Amino acid sequence: MFAQLLFGNLTLDAIPFHSAIIMGAGFFMVLVAATAVFTITYYRKWSYIWHEWICSVDHKKIGIMYLMLSGLMLLRGFSDAVLMRSQQAIAAGNNLGYLPPEHYDQIFSAHGVIMIFFVAMPMMFALLNIAVPLQIGARDVAYPYLNSVSFWLTFVGAMLCNASLVIGDFAKTGWLAYPPLSELYYSPGVGVDYFIWSLQISGVGTLLAGINFIATIIKMRCKGMTLMRMPVFVWSALCSMILVALAFPVLTVTLALLFLDRMFGMHFFTDFAGGNVMMYINLIWVWGHPEVYILILPAFGVFSEVVATFSQKTLFGYTTMVWAIAIITFLSFIVWLHHFFTMGAGADVNTFFGIATMVIAIPTGVKVFNWLFTMYQGRIILATPMLWVTAFFTTFAIGGMTGVMMAVPPVDFQVHNSLFLVAHFHNVIIGGVLFGYFAGVIFWFPKAFGFRLDEKWGKWAFVFWVVGFYVAFMPLYVLGLNGFMRRVNHYTDTMYQPYFIVAAIGAAFIMIGIFLQIGQVIVSIKNRHKLRDATGDPWNGRTLEWSVASPAPFYNFAELPIVDSRDYFWEFKQKHLAEGLVHPKTMEFHPIHMPRNTSAGFIIAMFAGIAGFALIWHMWIPGIIGVTGMIVTMIARTFATDIDYYVDTETVRKTELAHLKEMINA
Amino acid sequence: MHSEAVINEHEHHHHHESDSTDVFGFWLYIMTDCILFACLFATFLVLNYPGLPAGPSLKTYVNLSDVLIETFFLLASNFTFCLAILSLYQTKILRVQFWLAVSFLLGASFVVMELKEFMHLASEGFRWDVNAKASSFFTLVGTHGFHVSCGLIWILIMIIQIPLLKDVYVARRRMTYLGLFWNFLDIVWIFVFTIVYLMGAM
Repeated sequence: MFAQLLFGNLTLDAIPFHSAIIMGAGFFMVLVAATAVFTITYYRKWSYIWHEWICSVDHKKIGIMYLMLSGLMLLRGFSDAVLMRSQQAIAAGNNLGYLPPEHYDQIFSAHGVIMIFFVAMPMMFALLNIAVPLQIGARDVAYPYLNSVSFWLTFVGAMLCNASLVIGDFAKTGWLAYPPLSELYYSPGVGVDYFIWSLQISGVGTLLAGINFIATIIKMRCKGMTLMRMPVFVWSALCSMILVALAFPVLTVTLALLFLDRMFGMHFFTDFAGGNVMMYINLIWVWGHPEVYILILPAFGVFSEVVATFSQKTLFGYTTMVWAIAIITFLSFIVWLHHFFTMGAGADVNTFFGIATMVIAIPTGVKVFNWLFTMYQGRIILATPMLWVTAFFTTFAIGGMTGVMMAVPPVDFQVHNSLFLVAHFHNVIIGGVLFGYFAGVIFWFPKAFGFRLDEKWGKWAFVFWVVGFYVAFMPLYVLGLNGFMRRVNHYTDTMYQPYFIVAAIGAAFIMIGIFLQIGQVIVSIKNRHKLRDATGDPWNGRTLEWSVASPAPFYNFAELPIVDSRDYFWEFKQKHLAEGLVHPKTMEFHPIHMPRNTSAGFIIAMFAGIAGFALIWHMWIPGIIGVTGMIVTMIARTFATDIDYYVDTETVRKTELAHLKEMINA
Repeated sequence: MHSEAVINEHEHHHHHESDSTDVFGFWLYIMTDCILFACLFATFLVLNYPGLPAGPSLKTYVNLSDVLIETFFLLASNFTFCLAILSLYQTKILRVQFWLAVSFLLGASFVVMELKEFMHLASEGFRWDVNAKASSFFTLVGTHGFHVSCGLIWILIMIIQIPLLKDVYVARRRMTYLGLFWNFLDIVWIFVFTIVYLMGAM
């Protein structure tokens, strides 16, 4: 009885000792974790890690942690991709491949979930955290403690998803877990529960972060920065976060209802007793469609910053750019039905959603032309961020066109759930979102870490990624048009095989690209003194983040800036050159009000993780501990009084003068 | 001495700035909660669509007059909460605590009555797992009840915290949050009462 309350359905059988692949992957994960723990212990860095990182409420450090989480999960998500590509390359005719269907199904489900929730979303929040407060001239986000809660919830969600690899299994339902397949009757295991709780926990983190960034952007801008003077990246972040605030509650509800069905035998999405499967599919896409715009809008913002900076020109058509983002934000909410034209809603409904979908191409086209016009007659510097932008133009244009094709309902009926669709969304998500985020990471890397990334390695990584992308996904378009469906474990007709072999070669190219990126980071860390960004302005930037030291001091700005134009820092530099340097002696410093670090965010998230894991396995005692722990920590935090402090003038003076000295010597 | 004055000035400035930012953020949270309820209402309406197969439905078992009494409890607790806020602005701490306690009792009566109604319905055969209508009813009304219960815990915390908070701005800000939350739940309840009980049971 007690054991049942403590361990629920969890037994040793949950660990798949018989599967060499899973145990190997699990062993590798444990090895990585153990190495990390050992290294930290060996160098006696636990106190440093705890105080300076885990408890940190500094948006730049939280951004870096998001980036690390995203990078690690990219490796996991990409391993899944390699498994799928190799399975499909060999599993033709009489060869069944090496992955049994029940394992293959988990892999494609986990691949989608990980890539969207634990790679793309954290990378987006990494960029937002690193850049947005600096770009608007603020000292931190509006709610630094909440920011820490958000990150750790995302982290816990990702870890739950990873745990499913070794303890139990993951959903075999595809990344959105459509019922009735995801109902208890068809999926009796814990897989769907892992899906529900890893998404639910990280989703709440995302929602809180969304609220945080909206408030930051609306309320924390420096003097003179009117809405129409904000950098376009900030605009894209604002619109993306508005989408988060509007869409993520829908995800919360949808997952909760599925959970109620599975846990309490309710009938929301069952195929009997009045349940309505299509209700789930509508709800999940009311969240899911805005979600893809949540991801792409910040990428558009990155492109706008990068194009203007590396063309050394003012961004063309700022106003139209802002309106295009706003229109896309609005339209993204009235197109969700294009994900299931085949539902049978009728010609009128399908027509409405088809046309609404096509209309999105117009503001997007406006943006592409604006970027091209920005480059026109600019003095273009082909640094790695700019390279990614150029690759984006062509790749995203192709992806956009296949998207518009599928927006035509009759065409969609032909290619629905085929590999054509798979090729399309990888085309826009890799070619748009990922390329954009890579550009952004390289662009803002010096601001976060204090040194640039190695260009040579970066260029090679770029080449392999882009070539690999085309080789991997263009065959899928052909396969899709030939009627090959997605999520297929084995096929009898060997006619398809050559295309899959080509696609697998493409994946191998991408793998080399990823290895080169890892190499790039290692080489850059090794050469960090040579690559040091002493000026704080390595790219001859235009916006406020480049006006402070790299890495930015923890208080960001010694004196909050006052701006009077869009590219204020750029114009300031032009004037600055004419007038000469401000003498340090004439500079005045003031004490700076800052939030104190807190462990509350981390603790709350850890209890949430315990509660989530307990709910997955029906372990009631740990479940009660997790929920109570969360509530008690939250309440205890409201009694804390020592939550902020003042940085004294002397510290500010020292930090700022050190930066000035380094800048002059550079 | 001089730097002290500077800090105080900063402090004062900081509080006003952060007050408006913090309350804005809480409004944003309320909006996201609104969407959460909107989804539950939408689900309720879809799953209670008239043409759907029959089976146990709320209409047969509900006791509307009890629900009306519940409603009055909740609305009254909102009124007494407003009295607590008024007392806070007159800095009469004991009176704040008194009105908070009254709000708590009224809110708790609401939750208790709702739980009794749930148990009554379930024992009569309208359990959450009999059909989709029942599932959506219990989930929508239960989510509201869950919110009210969280609010009750929050009121208790405020009763303890109010005398401890040295900073009058912090106290006012927290009461503003709680007030927004408590008012919001009333508004949601008006919709629950209309859509679930009046439209559903009439």
